[in-house]
Amino acid sequence: MAEIVLDNVVKRYPDGALAVDNFNLEIADGEFIILVGPSGCGKSTTLNMVAGLEDITQGRLLIDGDVVNDKAPKDRDIAMVFQSYALYPHMTVGENMGFPLKLAGVDKGTIAKKVGEAAEMLELTQHLDRRPSNLSGGQRQRVAMGRAIVRSPKAFLMDEPLSNLDAKLRVQMRTQVSRIQKNLGTTTIYVTHDQTEAMTLGDRVVVMRGGVVQQVGSPTELYEHPTNLFVAGFIGSPSMNFLPGRLEGGGRITTSLGDATLPDELRQALDKAASSSQDVIVGIRPEHFEDARLVPEAKGGARFNVPIDIVEAMGSDIYAYFTVRGEGAHSADLDDLAADAGNDMHGGDGTSVTARLDPAARTRQGQEAELWYDTSQLQIFDAKTGDNLLEGVTRAKTGSENAPT
Amino acid sequence: MQQETTQRKLTWTAVNTLVLIYAFVPVVWIISLSLKDSASLNDGNFLPVSPSWASYQQIFDNPDFTRALINSIGICLIATFVAIIFGTMAAYAIARLDFPGKRTIVALSLLIAMFPQIALVTPLFKIETALGLFDTWLGLIIPYITFALPLAIYTLSAFFREIPWELEKAAKMDGATPYQAFRQVITPLAMPGVFTTAILVFISCWNDFLFAISLTSTSASRTVPAAMAYFTGATTFEKPTGPIAAAAVIITIPIVIFVLLFQRRIVAGLTSGAVKG
Ligand SMILES: Nc1ncnc2c1ncn2[C@@H]1O[C@H](COP(=O)(O)OP(=O)(O)OP(=O)(O)O)[C@@H](O)[C@H]1O
Ligand SMILES: [Mg+2]
Repeated sequence: MAEIVLDNVVKRYPDGALAVDNFNLEIADGEFIILVGPSGCGKSTTLNMVAGLEDITQGRLLIDGDVVNDKAPKDRDIAMVFQSYALYPHMTVGENMGFPLKLAGVDKGTIAKKVGEAAEMLELTQHLDRRPSNLSGGQRQRVAMGRAIVRSPKAFLMDEPLSNLDAKLRVQMRTQVSRIQKNLGTTTIYVTHDQTEAMTLGDRVVVMRGGVVQQVGSPTELYEHPTNLFVAGFIGSPSMNFLPGRLEGGGRITTSLGDATLPDELRQALDKAASSSQDVIVGIRPEHFEDARLVPEAKGGARFNVPIDIVEAMGSDIYAYFTVRGEGAHSADLDDLAADAGNDMHGGDGTSVTARLDPAARTRQGQEAELWYDTSQLQIFDAKTGDNLLEGVTRAKTGSENAPT
Repeated sequence: MQQETTQRKLTWTAVNTLVLIYAFVPVVWIISLSLKDSASLNDGNFLPVSPSWASYQQIFDNPDFTRALINSIGICLIATFVAIIFGTMAAYAIARLDFPGKRTIVALSLLIAMFPQIALVTPLFKIETALGLFDTWLGLIIPYITFALPLAIYTLSAFFREIPWELEKAAKMDGATPYQAFRQVITPLAMPGVFTTAILVFISCWNDFLFAISLTSTSASRTVPAAMAYFTGATTFEKPTGPIAAAAVIITIPIVIFVLLFQRRIVAGLTSGAVKG
């Protein structure tokens, strides 16, 4: 168990590529840290530097107060779970799990005992004599976890450990990883691509982009107070809707959804932020839309009429997709996000918007509907820099969840 | 569908049989010749009418042949062993490490493999006589290693490239020193490649005639392929066909044993299950 500190860590590969720039993070003992970000943003590189598999170009890495920049992986006492599992095919499951102990010179009896305990925890006891090639994906994954657990290392590093499993197994293993980490209380750094893993597993989430940390915080913090467009768009699924907007005087804002008046606390925050320009990008989370009929008139917010393109009834929610006219929101952050999501084609005119409505909503595919959105939950970003102008604002909790049905 | 597969099977069986017959006729012929006695040698029968071990007896009574057999086994085993050791290390470096001159090494080793061996015989002869290596085991082992190494490096580096890189990282994370990772993780996985290469190298040394005949002069280091050329018949007018055939059969046996012994080690897909995807 250990405290890990990354102090201005920089990684530049020999070919000149700057993979990680000025990474600062203090990880407390026993903390579960998640690294997320689009492909190629330097997550694995960061993890490998902590592991000792990659050299640190600049800055310091401290484990329990000792600078370990120049220590070999074996002297750092850290275990790693690889995305590909990296099991030794010529060893049985038991030998795989016992390998770190064998290298450490532990006697046979102790190895057998520890492997047995780990196998029990991971429900692998009856597979100990089998070879990795005869195991299912989920079992292999657990063997890889077991190999990390047996020697009670100071920290676990996991690089997308569940990404090779199918969706159902991933959910199972996710809870298992979480349980194991809670039981052992071992400091963990976990790299993932998966929204749900990021939101549910970690104590704190680190969002990276192009080798630079964008924001560090608890999942709720990132969700409710994203520091910029990138984090806002990256965290949350389905993701936040972005529309270009214009700030008019007196707390009024114009978007392609029409005019709206901002609540006082947002207006004051905006005045303080003193953005140079009136052009902003407005972010609305899907759950902050609602069928207007379900919201009492007195409740503020803004209403608009729009033809609904597609309605997906999920039982507990209804997802309504519609298109609003006008130029979409553009910024480097959003283009990056779109590229990562694989839809960087600006096809058609207008912006596609996703709304999550109450199951009682009576929206029909292809028909016009009156929708409402919660103006107190709007996120407003500077259109040029992408910074959130309302980052620090504490909002009144009046999400559509409280709307009468 | 059903019919198609039966037909396909039949076609394949026919083709395979043809190939096998083509390959085995000379072998059976040699065996048959080695079992004929000198009187019936030219009788035109494909199979011997009255098989006899006379030729075998004759060659094993010949001290030159038994000595040559020992030379062959010793020289080829040593050359193979050394070539595999160095080849493994070189191939590992080539497959795994980035160092200046890597391409040059690969290109050079290929160049050596392509060099016409006959052009080297005279210079080698001169060098070895000058150094006192002529007609010694070492005098043959050295050129054998030279020509076996490119083969070994090439085959082995292909095998090393197949081993997932992540296994080594995993070993490092599990607390292994680089040597331990190589010894306990990489080597076991490379074994099929090592054995395959060993077989190829051994065969190429075992079958060499050119160096064996030109770099030896007595039975002190003459190997079997060369020794066979010095066989004599019972009389000067008689050709030693029977003994040569018998010797040819005898020297095939170690190769067959070598291959059978190691073949079981060449388990295809040993690395399966290591990494997913
Ligand atoms: N060995 C290397 N040499 C040079 N550049 C590298 C090397 N490894 C990674 N990079 C570069 O460093 C950047 C970060 O790579 P990294 O593997 O850390 O990304 P990642 O966030 O783990 O992405 P993914 O989610 O796809 O795994 C990338 O731009 C990549 O091209
Ligand atoms: Mg990665």
